[in-house]
Amino acid sequence: MDQNSTHNGLFSSGAEGISRQVVLPMRKSLDISIRSLQVRFFRSLITVMSLVLAVAFLAFTLLGHDVAMGLLASGQPSLQSELVKAGFDLAPGRYPGSYEVAASAKDRWIVILSLLVCAVGIVNAQLMAVTERFREIGTMKCLGALDSFVLRLFLLEAGMQGLAGSFVGAILGGITGVLVGMLRFGGPALMYLRFEDVAASMGWSILVGFILSLVGVSYPALVASRMPPVVAMRAEE
Amino acid sequence: MSDKHNIVRVSGVTKSFELGKLTVQALKGVDLAIRSGEYLSIMGPSGSGKSTLFNMIGGLDKPTTGKVFIDEVDIAQLDAFELAWLRNRKIGYIFQTFNLIQVMTALENVTLPMTFAGVPEEDAAKKGLELLGLVGLRERHAHKPMELSGGQQQRVAIARSLANTPAIVLADEPTGNLDLTTGEEIIALLKSLSRDRGVTIISATHDYKMLNVSDRVVWIRDGRIDKIEERDQLKITLGGIGAKEY
Ligand SMILES: Nc1ncnc2c1ncn2[C@@H]1O[C@H](COP(=O)(O)OP(=O)(O)O)[C@@H](O)[C@H]1O
Ligand SMILES: [Mg+2]
Repeated sequence: MDQNSTHNGLFSSGAEGISRQVVLPMRKSLDISIRSLQVRFFRSLITVMSLVLAVAFLAFTLLGHDVAMGLLASGQPSLQSELVKAGFDLAPGRYPGSYEVAASAKDRWIVILSLLVCAVGIVNAQLMAVTERFREIGTMKCLGALDSFVLRLFLLEAGMQGLAGSFVGAILGGITGVLVGMLRFGGPALMYLRFEDVAASMGWSILVGFILSLVGVSYPALVASRMPPVVAMRAEE
Repeated sequence: MSDKHNIVRVSGVTKSFELGKLTVQALKGVDLAIRSGEYLSIMGPSGSGKSTLFNMIGGLDKPTTGKVFIDEVDIAQLDAFELAWLRNRKIGYIFQTFNLIQVMTALENVTLPMTFAGVPEEDAAKKGLELLGLVGLRERHAHKPMELSGGQQQRVAIARSLANTPAIVLADEPTGNLDLTTGEEIIALLKSLSRDRGVTIISATHDYKMLNVSDRVVWIRDGRIDKIEERDQLKITLGGIGAKEY
């Protein structure tokens, strides 16, 4: 029996001939992801919580640094000596004779560690969230969803969670960073703060949080999307 | 339906599950040909292998040995896209636990397979409402599954199974979670679909109410086909043992 001709037998039975693709338009994917997030708002909140904290810490550290840089750039010796008194290290800058505030190795490690802990937290929360949805995944597959549809839905959800969480985290951390700076150095902390530094720090914090969120969901989502439908349907019982 | 070809053919199918060191043989060699348009019930006690067979026929799981043909195509030969296409267009599934997507309304549940099939949104919504009307739930289209009774959820699931006008509707214990009357209503609905639309219905069940409407009953026991009875033979069985079991 010729395999090809029998294939055609199956696939030409539809009204539209050999159009055998299954699709999920981007707009529809977005629709479904937003809906899922709304319905599981509380669960999303938990998933996002550690991200908010880690990004807030990152933004806090970066903005503290920005405040110090601003004070240093002010050119006022009194402010500069106050900086040194406050424990900031001044390192030789890019130009001869200039100085910049060195981010201490300790700070850097704490930030990296907090981001790592956060990544583990996200993977853990997403594994649980994905496990709760095995039946839904299995059902979608029975209705003709490809692995890539499932993967895309999870990435979209995590991407949106990541953006929202990082945004909130960056704002919280950023404001705290500036406030602490003002407590230490008073008005000048705000006065000499450069807008582009703040924008860059906020931007970096949000980007890092966003990427962290996507990285955190990718393993659970990959496992879920590759699961055969029967296994997925059986899992919850 | 003049053309009563075999829409499903199961040939020498076995299925074993590894449970640690133990191997459970759920199917021990099943041969079965299912005619286009018939209402076939797979009857057997719990644990006899009905769901396993259901999964094989539906392309949801792979046999350990043996082959399943749908329209004479060996489904083991299909790639991921073709398999998704098969599940999307050729087969409609109904489960004991309804398996509606909880975050979607009744209408969205029914239109989801159409979305996957690339049907434009408006057409999908129109057909979705029609199908919900067919199962008597048109005015409940905006309700979420949680807001519907078990019987109503199963009706939505039936409407969903018909979304892309499949040739085959597979049902695994469709009345298993329903009370007597609701179960009877669901069975009557399935029967009318088979009669009016010529859909092939394959239902795994241990519900004797299903016997009345079946064209053929496959009795399965311990992973093997015990006997296959045609409708006229059934009447006799029903008069004898069946009546008591009711
Ligand atoms: N995924 C699985 N892993 C291990 N054993 C299984 C699995 N699925 C089914 N079985 C076993 O196979 C047999 C048949 O199960 P099943 O097909 O679900 O029966 P039925 O649907 O008729 O109640 C049972 O003994 C069951 O325990
Ligand atoms: Mg079963």
